[in-house]
Amino acid sequence: MKGGPWAGLLMFIPALPLLGFLLLALGVGRRSRWLVTAVGVGSVALSALLATELGLLFGYLNPARANVDVDWGSWLSVGDFRPTFGLYLDALSLAMVLVITVIGLLILVYSSRYMAEDPGYRRFFAYMNLFVGSMLVLVLADNLLALYLGWEGVGLCSYLLIGFWYQDPANSRAAIKAFLVTRVGDAALAVGIALLFTQFHTLQISELLRRAPEVWPVGAPLAVAAAALLLAGAVAKSAQLPLQTWLPDAMAGPTPVSALIHAATMVTAGVYLIARMHALFLLAPTVLALVAVIGAVTLLLAGCAALVQRDLKRVLAYSTMSQVGYMFVALGVGAWGAAIFHLVTHACFKSLLFLAAGVVIASLGEERDLFRMGGLRRSLPVAFGTFVVGGLSLAAFPLITAGYFSKDLILYSAWTSPQGSVWLWGAGVVGALLTSLYIFRVIFLVFFGAQKRQPERVGGLALEVPLLILAALAVAAGWAKGPLTAWLATALPPVAGATPASEMGLSAIATVVSLAGMALAALLYFRLPARVALWAQSSGPEVVRRLWRAGWGFDWLYDRVFVRPVVWLARVNRGDVFDDGFRAAAEAVELASRILRRTQTGRLRWYAAGVALGAILLVALMVVRP
Amino acid sequence: MILAWLILIPLATGLLAGAAGMWRPLSARLVALAGCVAQLLLVVALWGQAVSVGAHETWRLELTDVPWIPELGISFRLSADGLSLVLLALTAVLGLAAVLASWREIQQRVGFFHFQVMLVLAGVTGVFLAADLFLFYFFWELMLVPMYFLIDLWGHERRHRAAVKFFLFTQLSGLLMLVGILGLVFANQGHERTFSYQDLLAVQLAPAGALALMLGFWAAFAVKLPVVPFHTWLPDAHTEAPTAGSVLLAGLLLKTGAYGMIRFCLPLFPQTLDWAAPVFMALGVVGIIYGAVLAFAQTDFKRLIAYTSISHMGFVLIGVYAGNEIALTGAIVQMICHGLSTGGLFILAGALQERLGTRDLGRMGGLWSSAPRAGALAMVLAMASLGLPGLGNFVGEILVIVGAYAVSPGVAVGAAVGLVFATVYALWMMHRVFFGRPREGLRLRDLGQREVAVLGALVALLVILGLHPQPVIDMTQSTVSAIQSRIGAAQVDAERELFYEQPPNGMDSGIKWRSRWGDRP
Repeated sequence: MKGGPWAGLLMFIPALPLLGFLLLALGVGRRSRWLVTAVGVGSVALSALLATELGLLFGYLNPARANVDVDWGSWLSVGDFRPTFGLYLDALSLAMVLVITVIGLLILVYSSRYMAEDPGYRRFFAYMNLFVGSMLVLVLADNLLALYLGWEGVGLCSYLLIGFWYQDPANSRAAIKAFLVTRVGDAALAVGIALLFTQFHTLQISELLRRAPEVWPVGAPLAVAAAALLLAGAVAKSAQLPLQTWLPDAMAGPTPVSALIHAATMVTAGVYLIARMHALFLLAPTVLALVAVIGAVTLLLAGCAALVQRDLKRVLAYSTMSQVGYMFVALGVGAWGAAIFHLVTHACFKSLLFLAAGVVIASLGEERDLFRMGGLRRSLPVAFGTFVVGGLSLAAFPLITAGYFSKDLILYSAWTSPQGSVWLWGAGVVGALLTSLYIFRVIFLVFFGAQKRQPERVGGLALEVPLLILAALAVAAGWAKGPLTAWLATALPPVAGATPASEMGLSAIATVVSLAGMALAALLYFRLPARVALWAQSSGPEVVRRLWRAGWGFDWLYDRVFVRPVVWLARVNRGDVFDDGFRAAAEAVELASRILRRTQTGRLRWYAAGVALGAILLVALMVVRP
Repeated sequence: MILAWLILIPLATGLLAGAAGMWRPLSARLVALAGCVAQLLLVVALWGQAVSVGAHETWRLELTDVPWIPELGISFRLSADGLSLVLLALTAVLGLAAVLASWREIQQRVGFFHFQVMLVLAGVTGVFLAADLFLFYFFWELMLVPMYFLIDLWGHERRHRAAVKFFLFTQLSGLLMLVGILGLVFANQGHERTFSYQDLLAVQLAPAGALALMLGFWAAFAVKLPVVPFHTWLPDAHTEAPTAGSVLLAGLLLKTGAYGMIRFCLPLFPQTLDWAAPVFMALGVVGIIYGAVLAFAQTDFKRLIAYTSISHMGFVLIGVYAGNEIALTGAIVQMICHGLSTGGLFILAGALQERLGTRDLGRMGGLWSSAPRAGALAMVLAMASLGLPGLGNFVGEILVIVGAYAVSPGVAVGAAVGLVFATVYALWMMHRVFFGRPREGLRLRDLGQREVAVLGALVALLVILGLHPQPVIDMTQSTVSAIQSRIGAAQVDAERELFYEQPPNGMDSGIKWRSRWGDRP
């Protein structure tokens, strides 16, 4: 359906943050921090307000009829290649828009205090506004090329913000790594776009989803190729195996960046992409199965890696990877709604965890090492309380936290869906154990035990109010399970042909496992610390721990297999081997000239001898060949 | 006559600037600047006229030919279509940028310098306008000589070597083109001798002859573009040239190579494409990746940029030979945007060298804190270079990838791999120059108003082309579709020869044919 009274409002949602970026980039607020805050936070606040209003309108109407497609003008048009700047709003994009604007707003408010002393304050808000705008373009785009515009735009902002403190070359290197690894996926996505366009002569997503099943039978090679290429893009962006290595290093950026980009929004873009293109993935069952397997393996590997990290933010990074793995499992079994539901709850509790961690880190003077923290629960009560709420939600504490409802839905789908299996479910359950273990390890290490350092006072309403709101959301978002999934079902089909199973029974098992994880963490930390220390020193676990801390050694492997050969090749060939050929030719000519120059002696008898010799040769030739 | 003015203005102002330079250097700069502005205004006026006429006919503006050597059928024929006009606009913009960028850099023989710059501009303009093959060759050589002087007289440390290398590569390949031109003219039997492009389009050639002649033309264009492995003059020339020279080389002279392929190789010899297109597209993929890998390895800022040009021109080569409208349009957009972005990067490198006295990346680093404006502008240019959507280069590259996919998915994949390598060199460049801790005592005076204005204008054009490339696409659309229909017609001819026993000679000759799969009449 075109138009509608709110269609005009829709374009302002991405346009306002982009306008904010433009103003800040062109120098607004160069002398006044207040103006920077007004533009940087205000633009996103207006967007969030509009998004909420749209959400209410949308909920009031029948969502299935309320989908809006607004044409914002043509981008370019060559032959039948005619991508536009069209925006498409349905329940899926609306859910994403609400997450991006509302959580984005909270994080920006938090940043206005958190980054207040930073000399790059204006630059920070400019980048953040560009990010929010690009992310909104990504989720609202009605065609793949505009989606790609947002997709690469958020990649750029991620790069700029990871390397925000550019004076440390390590940050800049982490930023390069993040952009480069995700760009591998982007290149695959670009080829996928080319494939889809060549087949269907359109990039309009709704058209593609409508026509693909008409043209391709299930399992058609081209459908598999297209889905695989999109998956490669999604895997890179969402830090899933085998392109996950950039995310832990991305923690070099300021903490609000990690919360917004590397937890709540950008890393889940891959999940959004697959959900958005679900009809295509249904035509490629092998790829869909691969999605589930990638998710399951990633959630386990990342969960193990999170267990042994020393850096607080790296634990959270591996945790994000692992939780996105859950979303991939849900996608892989066709439970699109469950994946998006978990995306929403995860955005709430993970950004909460990051922001609370940010308070801890800032109060200890940028200290990130867990083993130099401890006993902070009295001195940082707000951070403690909100971190625990976030942790409980992450660990799926039953019946009251949001994480419980969404993870439960994923595990249930993994069991009951026709594409699901006991293995996927089992991986999820083991993952739940790991999740409880690692997050409560962090909680105990940071907030319990003896206080090792006196934290500075970091606070203020701008920090605490967003924390409290997010804590409320990390609980309350779960209560919206019923309406939210019903709402998402208007855009995403439900799991087809699920075998009924006892939700209560499955739920009970998962709950017991996750509670057991918490209990185990408490046991190890409070009752058996000596045993743990002893155990950790023995050589067997030490090897495992080093492997896990290094994220299973993928960095090491990729460095040997990809980075070093290319760098070596580039070094060796710095002088350009083709030039050697031309240089050799030039030298040969020079050599020849030097030799022939010798004949030019200036002595008459030599010349006379030469003429005579030539004459004899000519005569001889005539004699031999008459 | 308006087209002749486009050439006469740079020529006249160049002479004037040369003379004025003997009096005061500043007047030479001002005269050259005025010449560039005048040329730009004229191009804008032409553009407006073309848009208002609306009908996108090929060869829209034609100068009545003035006979030059009538015995041989050589005359002073100029004409312009959408493709020429777009490239003329690029010429005018970059000419202006080059003059402004040299404002402080060039302090010796200022008048003579501006004379040479304007001469290059006149030559390039002539190349884009010539509708007579001999005239084309004349302008082709006219670009070469002043560029040789620009490198040799105002260049950096190893300028002489670079200038000679540039001259030899261009001259030798140019001679091959001359052979090709003469061969084509003599192949035009049974007619009056002519060098007119329009007349020569009708020449019928045997396949082997067409291939040989095409390769003659192609050699000159392949060296200019450049195509790997004929690229090795480029890094030396770009690195050693003064800023204006690098801008003109990368921004304009490379484009004459692509222009030549589009204008001559495709429409004159469409029958060779079956053989040539796959080979040349493969060379394009090789160029994209090879150039990008070498760019990454460089330690000299300008040399790094030079190798990125080789990589980007690989996209152009693929786009030209993919044989469809989308890819060819992509190649043209890529030509324009590469001119702007690489021109900008060379201006930036020049500004840094002026301040630091070095182009060595190892001696830079951490410059963002003292020169944030330079850093921000460099960031946009680096992003353009790696093909970020929203900037013009992306439009060109995605059109080439999409267009190439239709003919060869493998080529599209190769080009997409190039995007990954482009990320490596662009980010590495930013890392080496602007990020990290500033070296002890290394502080940079940030860009001044003149530099910000020039680079800001280039960046603004890149953003506009990235979000609204349609004016350029519409302007070149008629040229592109004319070429595509010629190629298409040639392919239909070739197929007809396969299926018909005798090619039909006329409409009314009874068509005697049998289909290959039996059914004799």
